[in-house]
Amino acid sequence: MEKEKFLQGNEAFAEGALYAGCNFFAGYPISPSSEIAEYMAYELPRRKGVFIEMEDEIASMGAVIGASLAGAKAMTATSGPGFSLKQEHIGFACITEVPCVIVDVMRGGPSTGTPTGPAQGDVMQARWGTHGDHPAVAIAPSTVEECFYEAVRAFNISEKYRNPVILLIDEVVGHMREKIRIPKPGEIEIINRRRPNEAYDDYLPYKPDLGGVPNIANFGTGYRFHITGLSHDWSGFPTNDPKRIGELIQRLTKKVEKGEDEILRWEEFMLEDAETAVVAYGSVARSAKFAVKCARNAGKKVGLLKLITIWPFPVKPLKRLAEHARKVIIPEMNLGQIVLEVERVIGGKADVIPINRVDTELISPDEILVKL
Amino acid sequence: MAFDYSKYLRNDKMPHIWCPGCGNGIAMKSLIRAIDALGYKKEETVIISGIGCSGRISGYLDFNTLHTTHGRPLTFATGIKLANPKLNVIVVSGDGDCAAIGGNHFIHACRRNIDITLIIFNNYIYGMTGGQHSPTTPSGSYSTTTPHRNIDPQFDLSKLAIGAGATFVARETTYNIFALDKVVIEAFKHKGFSVVEVMVGCPIYYGRKNGFKSAFSLLDWQRKNAIRMERAQSMKPEELEGKFTTGILHRREVPEYTQLYYTLTESFEKSVDKVSMERE
Repeated sequence: MEKEKFLQGNEAFAEGALYAGCNFFAGYPISPSSEIAEYMAYELPRRKGVFIEMEDEIASMGAVIGASLAGAKAMTATSGPGFSLKQEHIGFACITEVPCVIVDVMRGGPSTGTPTGPAQGDVMQARWGTHGDHPAVAIAPSTVEECFYEAVRAFNISEKYRNPVILLIDEVVGHMREKIRIPKPGEIEIINRRRPNEAYDDYLPYKPDLGGVPNIANFGTGYRFHITGLSHDWSGFPTNDPKRIGELIQRLTKKVEKGEDEILRWEEFMLEDAETAVVAYGSVARSAKFAVKCARNAGKKVGLLKLITIWPFPVKPLKRLAEHARKVIIPEMNLGQIVLEVERVIGGKADVIPINRVDTELISPDEILVKL
Repeated sequence: MAFDYSKYLRNDKMPHIWCPGCGNGIAMKSLIRAIDALGYKKEETVIISGIGCSGRISGYLDFNTLHTTHGRPLTFATGIKLANPKLNVIVVSGDGDCAAIGGNHFIHACRRNIDITLIIFNNYIYGMTGGQHSPTTPSGSYSTTTPHRNIDPQFDLSKLAIGAGATFVARETTYNIFALDKVVIEAFKHKGFSVVEVMVGCPIYYGRKNGFKSAFSLLDWQRKNAIRMERAQSMKPEELEGKFTTGILHRREVPEYTQLYYTLTESFEKSVDKVSMERE
């Protein structure tokens, strides 16, 4: 049966995760993300899934990885301070290629910062928060409906590419309520990790398969193997061979690059002839869209590129708009993080103008409109 | 016939990296004998370790094995056991791994009473990084980071486990391997969170700095200072000064966590079934 629900972004994300088949949640209470844990604590036991509140943020991430290795579709949700703590295990999930989904409902930082105020300060942490070279997938929804659909996509991507997927929901989107339609089962494709089909004795858990992604068996399915956070070869055992180490790290990054057509998502709004383009994501994209509409009504050639996937960074649409735009405006609730990527891609072909706020107030359409 | 360890080891990973005289190998063999005695299937058994000398054990044992981050093997183990309660889940952790960086996970695993066995290799030192003092290094002893004498008080890991609510706690030495085998088997059989603290000597990084001239002298120290629990009960506190008790120190039967959890989920199934039947 088709359902319509009036949900906040956090709840819509939880609904989306359940739709995607999420059956394990481990978390630790933190504002402004706790509604996700509460929703899952209510729903998962009713659906034979597992909910556990762990002793801390690090433990939640460890439990998520363990559960995923045992075959569960697992997730956790947190906010800035907890996201910092989870970085150690996000790196572990990257190198061991364990599918999992991490939600960071962004609040004002650094440190305890402003727990109930919105911010977009974790963009670079989502990319480089854990040490060492690694691939990153991060998605920033801007509507409640997107929270649902991007939750499904996040699980699909993490299962297919065997990499953690991070959702950067800012506090505004997390707590805002909108009506959404919950699709019927089967309406959206659900992707599950591929299973190995080799004989038990020939099995190499880290042998790359389709798209460079290995088919790692779930524990308890008859295969017997080793998983380690140390650099390893195809057998899964540690190696100090520079050739093997180089191959591993390159493959991790390349498997995500190869999937960019599927992973990257953005929306173009009135961009075809735009001389001024706004590039925005999360709740700020809503203000930007309104500002663009107002400016168009006033006869100005302006448009919006709304980023949904932010890591890997969507280079293509930005290069395209740089062909005709002379001015690119980047409003962000931080002191300039995505703007660095925009400058890199535009390469001086247009003026890049940042609009920044870090006082936990939203960027209003007016603030963007005056620059258009 | 002598016990054939090779069928439980990844023989191509031998020789192991543990130093000559290290107690880890003795403890690992006891663990293997216990698994053999209980007939655990390799495919249904997951062995999880953290970082440090003890952490290397997961690479040597031929089961499903997971070598995790420093101090956190219990968190991964909790996720695995909850996601698939049919698996036998064993964690091996060192004193630094378990009681310092992983201390919070340790006490909460004890509190939760999930059916996991934790074997702690307590060697009083951080061996892998070159002999720095750990939370179990005795006060007054020397290490590379206490070159002038250790003033930190020592953690009693078994007492900590009991205090935190573990339902099975035992301590044994690598000197008394027959007693060690017995408690490891009992720990595996226990339905709930079980802790075995194994006193393993580190002759290289702890022993040399603290007057132990050989690996044997550390084993001899264990022999002299391990007091059976039954005997300790009739001894005066001053007689027990500097010594430690061994045996099964604590055991009680309490509902196990995954059982409680899945009983809870089954109650929903019943209520859902009832509703759908009523509708029909």
